[in-house]
Amino acid sequence: MSVTTPPVPVRTTRRLPRWAPIPVLVASLLLAAGIQFLGDGPTIAGVFFIGAILFGIIMTVTSRVVEGERYAKDRLATTLVTFAFLLALIPLVSLLWIVIRDGVKRFSWEFLTTDMTGIYGQMVEGGAFHAIIGTVYVTGIASIIAIPLGIFTAIYLVEYGRGPLSRGITVLVDVMTGIPSIVAGLFAFTLFLVIVGPAYKSALIGGIALAVLMTPVVVRSVEEMLRLVPNELREASYALGVPKWLTIVKVVLRTAIAGITTGVMIAIARVIGETAPLLLTVGIATAVNWDAFDGRIATLPVFVYRQYAQGGASADRAWAAALTLIIIVMLLNLVARLVSRYFSPKGAR
Amino acid sequence: MAVTDSPPSEPEAPPKVRAGRAPGRLGNRVFQGISTASGIFILVILAAVAIFLLVRAWPAVTAAPSAFEDVGFMLGRDLWSWVWPLLFGTAISSVIALVVAVPLSIGIGLFISHYAPRRLAQGLGYLIDLLAAIPSVIFGLWGIQWLQPLVSPLFTWLSTNPATAWLEENVGPTIFSGYQAPARNILTAGLVLAIMVLPIITATVREVFLQTPRLHEEASLALGATRWEMIRQAVLPFGRSGVISATMLGLGRALGETMAVLMVLSPGYLINFFLLQPGQHQSIAANIASHFPEASGIGVDALIASGLILFVMTFGVNLVARWIIARRAEFSGAN
Repeated sequence: MSVTTPPVPVRTTRRLPRWAPIPVLVASLLLAAGIQFLGDGPTIAGVFFIGAILFGIIMTVTSRVVEGERYAKDRLATTLVTFAFLLALIPLVSLLWIVIRDGVKRFSWEFLTTDMTGIYGQMVEGGAFHAIIGTVYVTGIASIIAIPLGIFTAIYLVEYGRGPLSRGITVLVDVMTGIPSIVAGLFAFTLFLVIVGPAYKSALIGGIALAVLMTPVVVRSVEEMLRLVPNELREASYALGVPKWLTIVKVVLRTAIAGITTGVMIAIARVIGETAPLLLTVGIATAVNWDAFDGRIATLPVFVYRQYAQGGASADRAWAAALTLIIIVMLLNLVARLVSRYFSPKGAR
Repeated sequence: MAVTDSPPSEPEAPPKVRAGRAPGRLGNRVFQGISTASGIFILVILAAVAIFLLVRAWPAVTAAPSAFEDVGFMLGRDLWSWVWPLLFGTAISSVIALVVAVPLSIGIGLFISHYAPRRLAQGLGYLIDLLAAIPSVIFGLWGIQWLQPLVSPLFTWLSTNPATAWLEENVGPTIFSGYQAPARNILTAGLVLAIMVLPIITATVREVFLQTPRLHEEASLALGATRWEMIRQAVLPFGRSGVISATMLGLGRALGETMAVLMVLSPGYLINFFLLQPGQHQSIAANIASHFPEASGIGVDALIASGLILFVMTFGVNLVARWIIARRAEFSGAN
């Protein structure tokens, strides 16, 4: 008597093992390096690109043979999508790398605390102190205008706004975020040209140009934060007899303060690096200008641009100033993220 | 205590109970006034931008063509034949930027929303957002210092490969003809622009993909679809209008971007499609930035007129983009 064993289940679809992509990836990268040895020798970019193409081809073909067309397409899509992401990281990494590499040559305490008075030709001294002060002035003026305006507009949109006016403001604020920075510069220039006259130059003009760019960013982020505040909090406050304006100040704004801070800092980080409007409006100077309402003033982005255009020893100063600018922007972003992570109320994230 | 923010349906209380004024009434009025005024002030600013530009551009628009003969940077042309090449340069650099950035952004958006491990996704999205925070002047430096040498061999190959050579001999010059190093041409400028608009498009596309109804995705997977088939069936159809409006937002940014084009591109005032030749194209924004400091008289007005054209263009593009987003929010049913 023979025991009949059940038939071995037939696998109609064969799949590659889960770890299959790893050896294929290693092999493609090695192969890419090998191909490059035939030419001028391997470079990082070459290995990355050729390796990625080889990986895509090998993986898709193998999958087509073993798994069939549908899975081959799936694997190809996965490869392409991942490749797109890695490709986007290249500019970020390379940009940070070259700014740090070329920036540290001249970056020092002395660079941050001296200005360009008496610097000419190929002199390697001089620094960006005047430009840092100018950037603080211009961004400060923009913030003084844009932050209250933006916060109050957001309050209007969330707490008071009804009907066509509110809808119109929402749409136009959105559209305003797309105003080219150079147009904002032209606007500030013509504004002062018409009102004050052609000879007037000061940090104020640049500040107004940046305020035009900054206000919509503040409105958008603050509005988003205010909408996150639960309605129950407002109703509880009204039920206790607290007037509406006090409710907004003491309950709504208090609850959303971390998010508002984050939004405002990111808005500052966005405008602090604006170059084109400042190029048109405030120009450049070689010494510190302590008066925000009179005279040309240097700012970091314009300083970078002008110094780089001069070339030679000035180009090193441009890179050091670019590094300064990146450090400021990254710090603002980092602090903004930390504020929103550690100070936002529970459950609102 | 009286309720200060009384709903309209509240019955009128007898006067004896409501003795005195409701507390905070003045505060309410003032606060509401300030808020509303701020909102209206934003509209005023936007109108002022248009009006002031128009006021200063008007002399240039109405001037006789001969008025521009003394303006050095206009090369003796009248206003419209001067603006057309600039418009063309603006458009072509933006189109190159979008052709590169949109597929890449869709890929990145999908990667962050559907491929990356859940725990990493937010951090990876933040990395892409960092690109948006980098000042444009630094993108310009990077374009000259890093991208230009990198793409130069590629451009040489594009310009001299057998297919291009054959076409040149038998058909005529192609868009890749006549590459000259260094790569200060419109294609390089377009590539830098592409990287600058990438985070803007990605941010919108990613949000839309993340909003895909979970049930659509699971229904697709339950029918045996692979991940890619699920994305084709559920995610991409849902996100189509989002992708379109994100593209428009990216276009708005690319049209007005100044510094990258100004620093990378070697300018010219021609209308042609020679993407690899320097000295052929220039964008409106970069043109304003490079000539504004030296301009005077009617030259300033002409530059402001070109700025007004740029403003109207970007305004229109952004308005359409927002309209698509708003329409989608009304009809999608997912929000």
